[in-house]
Amino acid sequence: MQIYLPIAEMPVSILLLLAMGAAVGFVSGLFGIGGGFLMTPLLIFLGIPPAVAVATQSAQIAASATTGTLSAFRRDALDLKLALVLVGGGFVGTSLGVWFFAAMRRAGQLELVIVLSYVTLFTVLGSLMLAESLREFWSARRGVVRLRRRAGEHPSYLGLPLRVRFPRSRLYSSLIPIVGLALTVGFIGAVLGIGGALIMVPALLYLFRVPTNIVIGTSQFQVLCTALLAVILQATLNGAVDIILALILILGGVFGAQFGAQAGRTLRADLFRFLLAILILAVGLRFLIEVVVRPTEPFSLSIQEIRR
Amino acid sequence: MSARAALLALGALLACSPASAERLVLSLSTNLVAIGSTYTGARLVAFGVIERDGQTASRSGPYDVVVTVQGPREAITVRQKEQLGPIWLNRSQQKFVQVPSFLAVISSRPIDETVSDVMRRRFRLGIPAVVSAPEFTVGRAGEGEQFRDALVRLKGRDRLYFESPRAVTFVTGEFFRAPILLPATAPVGNYDVEVSLLADGIVVARRNASFELVKTGLEEQITEFARDRPVMSGFVAAGMALFFGWLASVVFRRD
Repeated sequence: MQIYLPIAEMPVSILLLLAMGAAVGFVSGLFGIGGGFLMTPLLIFLGIPPAVAVATQSAQIAASATTGTLSAFRRDALDLKLALVLVGGGFVGTSLGVWFFAAMRRAGQLELVIVLSYVTLFTVLGSLMLAESLREFWSARRGVVRLRRRAGEHPSYLGLPLRVRFPRSRLYSSLIPIVGLALTVGFIGAVLGIGGALIMVPALLYLFRVPTNIVIGTSQFQVLCTALLAVILQATLNGAVDIILALILILGGVFGAQFGAQAGRTLRADLFRFLLAILILAVGLRFLIEVVVRPTEPFSLSIQEIRR
Repeated sequence: MSARAALLALGALLACSPASAERLVLSLSTNLVAIGSTYTGARLVAFGVIERDGQTASRSGPYDVVVTVQGPREAITVRQKEQLGPIWLNRSQQKFVQVPSFLAVISSRPIDETVSDVMRRRFRLGIPAVVSAPEFTVGRAGEGEQFRDALVRLKGRDRLYFESPRAVTFVTGEFFRAPILLPATAPVGNYDVEVSLLADGIVVARRNASFELVKTGLEEQITEFARDRPVMSGFVAAGMALFFGWLASVVFRRD
């Protein structure tokens, strides 16, 4: 069943879009991330113009994040205080990132910076997490119980000035590293064109030792705020949000996200960290392969404007 | 460009055929192609009749017809990936500012069998002749050949540029029909159809027509809404996301 998309100006299969929305929504609900890194390449592969793909999938991300946030809110698995600090810092970081993006584009070295940072960030992060996860599995098999955190043991950066209590996250930390993390993630997200939850989730898990279910809920809330802002800005500045495409992706996405959130509830924390590590490493490797392997078609077209 | 081509055609007519030439009558099956929600491309037919009278010079060979369809102009950047150390990056690029978004050349016989190379370039017959015309790029002639080839190749992959060398059929000796296939990805706008009549290796008559590809109904309203009320459409998309996100969490509520 084909439907014509008015802004993307092409017909697509409704069932295919529903399935894509559901699959990405599932991953998004399971890990508390946006899933744009999966959806954007899929949409571009279908032939949808990149500007429309990027703008429209923000609507789908917002929808699955709404489902995820509400589901977390009902189970009290959402640290609103921490989320608001992260959202505030994230907006400032995103603005700085957008400014840096424009400056680098003028300097003409943008793509090299993006490629190198993307590949490095995700492969290194993914490998570290995978190694940690495998060590954990290995010691569990030998019957050695390794505590993830001993009582009274805290990383030193939590003890900087401006300490605030986040009771839901069982976190008593200085605001400085938390705002720093939010700034960094917002900045990287704007420069690399990714939502940033894929970095935020492991950072909260490993650097701040926040419980897994709270990480997912809190990250969902932050993704929701970022995606809503992105939809409104993209529609206002570029007019690139295709409402029909958005509707189909949303319908698939919310149901996928619901099942993802349910699956996440029954998943063991160590297995969750293992799967997250695999996912992040796969994203990094996919990008690495894309830039290292000789392209079959070295040329590409980009249409700037159509005169009617 | 079409004015210049028309002048050239007129010059050729005056130079090549002192006796009165053929007249071409042209009609399209439709002048308006409407895009609705089930649009998956369109098929048009161009009909033509060759009119001769007592003074028309007699031709030794059969007539040939070349139909050139050009879509709305667009600005395109062609980028080329090059190796930098171990990685492949877009390094060089060329901009084309006035390129037809759609280009179809439909003829009764392969064009190189009917007219000379000089004729082809002069009357822009065939895709190679259209894209190597000086008005096609801002760069100097012969510059960026690989970018031009890549443009034609990539457009061809999406069936936006194509040649159908034997698609024009003569119903009788003077009456022909040419099918025009528009892929679903062809952009909305005005399309020019130019029909050239060839005989004895020269262009003896030319005729232009045009049709328009437009969005209708809901498709048109959505496009206008997104263009005229951008802030509003952003809030609608955001509201839709929130509503369906909330709805799903209510529908699936377990407690």
